[in-house]
Amino acid sequence: MKRIFFRNKFLPYLLIAPQMVVTIIFFLWPAGEAVLQSFQREDAFGLHTTWVGLANYRALFQDPAYIYSLQVTVVFTIGVTALALISALLLALAVDRTTKAGSTYTTLLVWPYAVAPAVVGVLWWFLFNPTIGLMPYLLSLVGYHWDHALKGDDAMILVIISAAWPQVSYNFLFFVAGLKSIPASMREAAAIDGAGPVKRFFTITLPLLSPTTFFLVVVNFVYAMFATFPVIDATTQGGPADATNILVYKVYQDGFVGLNLGSSAAQSVVLLAIVIVLTVIQFRFIERRIEY
Amino acid sequence: MAAITLEAVGKSYAGGVKVVHSIDLAIEDGEFVVLVGPSGCGKSTLLRMVAGLETVTEGQISIGGRMVNEVEPAERDIAMVFQNYALYPHMTVRQNLAYGLKNRKMAKDEITRRVDEAAQILEIGAFLDRKPRALSGGQRQRVAMGRAIVREPAAFLFDEPLSNLDAKLRVQMRGEIKQLQARLGTTSIYVTHDQLEAMTLAHRLVVLNGGRIEQVGTPLEVYRKPASTFVAAFIGSPAMNLLEARAEGGVAHVGGGRVPLEAAVSGTVTLGLRPEDVRPVDAGTDGAFVLKLAYVEELGAQKLVHGTVEGHKFACALPSDALLGDELHLVPEPGAAHGFDAQSGKRLG
Repeated sequence: MKRIFFRNKFLPYLLIAPQMVVTIIFFLWPAGEAVLQSFQREDAFGLHTTWVGLANYRALFQDPAYIYSLQVTVVFTIGVTALALISALLLALAVDRTTKAGSTYTTLLVWPYAVAPAVVGVLWWFLFNPTIGLMPYLLSLVGYHWDHALKGDDAMILVIISAAWPQVSYNFLFFVAGLKSIPASMREAAAIDGAGPVKRFFTITLPLLSPTTFFLVVVNFVYAMFATFPVIDATTQGGPADATNILVYKVYQDGFVGLNLGSSAAQSVVLLAIVIVLTVIQFRFIERRIEY
Repeated sequence: MAAITLEAVGKSYAGGVKVVHSIDLAIEDGEFVVLVGPSGCGKSTLLRMVAGLETVTEGQISIGGRMVNEVEPAERDIAMVFQNYALYPHMTVRQNLAYGLKNRKMAKDEITRRVDEAAQILEIGAFLDRKPRALSGGQRQRVAMGRAIVREPAAFLFDEPLSNLDAKLRVQMRGEIKQLQARLGTTSIYVTHDQLEAMTLAHRLVVLNGGRIEQVGTPLEVYRKPASTFVAAFIGSPAMNLLEARAEGGVAHVGGGRVPLEAAVSGTVTLGLRPEDVRPVDAGTDGAFVLKLAYVEELGAQKLVHGTVEGHKFACALPSDALLGDELHLVPEPGAAHGFDAQSGKRLG
């Protein structure tokens, strides 16, 4: 790589300044505020704050609602990741088999990724609307009464589908690229070696895709845990009875709706810790790539 | 062990592009046949059709007397060595060798026995537990062959297996493949664009051009009696000189000299003379033709003299101590001249 030297001492700092300003104002400052607030308690009118040490955290982990939200988040995250990865892989395998329309098909499948998250939520909300939606009507034909406003499981399924949908496009692109990078001769050799299509998939294709899969698992985890606020807000708003109240949504509800800033801040710090752990995992394992 | 028969085998793709035209070929049990030709001549396609990786659109392919047109690759009892080796990168060498046997539900101790035997034959025992990534090109090549021989198949199919190796290793592996095939006696089809590889390995050569067979024969037959100008130019290095010449009663007149041909033809012919089949003589020798020198390549044991005869490019191989002027007077060795029809390029006589 070519190294460039600047004679002017200040120019390099000037060049990275915009990025640094954005990072400081929109990330470091709020994050720092959150950390500070998580050790404080504020009165109802916001007139003065008192230091309470770890009281917010202690209260958090003794709060059944928070533990429940953690469980909901785990179910939601695993649900979104599994659904988005498996559907994307199936679609990618299908594209890999087509010879002619592959690129058209790929383009069409990538479109959902461009849909704004809130719109995604509204779209699925309409489709599954118990009164006017198409899906409840179809489900009623097979005898299932869908109502995500009343049934927690229905609501969970709805938010998982809504959140997974745009992510399918993203995963699909990576899987298509991953499949393209497996030489055709590898699968031909396996075919000659007596492995049928299913066996070939599990013993050759899947292991060779494992770096891609692992990367996507981490990305989808992060997405499901932290970037799904608009989807939840547009569909269930965490309801019914907190059945879809994932951690990120609870931060907003407790802080901005319930105005319990101390607890909300402590929750953000917990989330921050989770992001850091996921990032470390990503750097540790992905940057080194999965060994085979 | 099996004979392989191709009857009127053709391949066309959707859209009517025809890449292989009606190939007839009978390969005997234990024979080593090399398909050779320039890129795009259909040789790889033909091999892949035998392997079952490409559908056969016309004709029949039989392996060991069984028609296999509709048989899955795995059921054809063949093993293939790919150009890029196609080793499974996530498996150790041992697992690579055992994969095909495991898929066929072979007993564990039989698998171990065969893998160890193959490892011993190919001298890859020391790195059975390594991944392909940790091997050199030549070692990978051995593993790829190991994967073929553990199966003890009816036939080996080689798809340009040496083209990813450096020149020195290629010569070495070439020798090893030849010995291995002789030792195992397994019917083999080998595809290459390298005429030297083809000449040295084959029991029989099949020269392909544009999806058609130009000539089938032992390496010496093909070298000594090329059936067409295409084969003449393709087989042999340095390539045969081909000149336009006027013939009268079986004697070609070129460059002021006279070259006797095998067939008593008259009219315009293409005269073929291998660089090593001419000999310099004194000026004024009866029948000698004149080569105007352009440049000389020293090869060590020989020198390759390039020039023109009546404006046509011509090369001749001379002893390295030969004395050169601006011109050389050359006569062909007796019976060395090849005559080809000027229009069709087919051999005359």
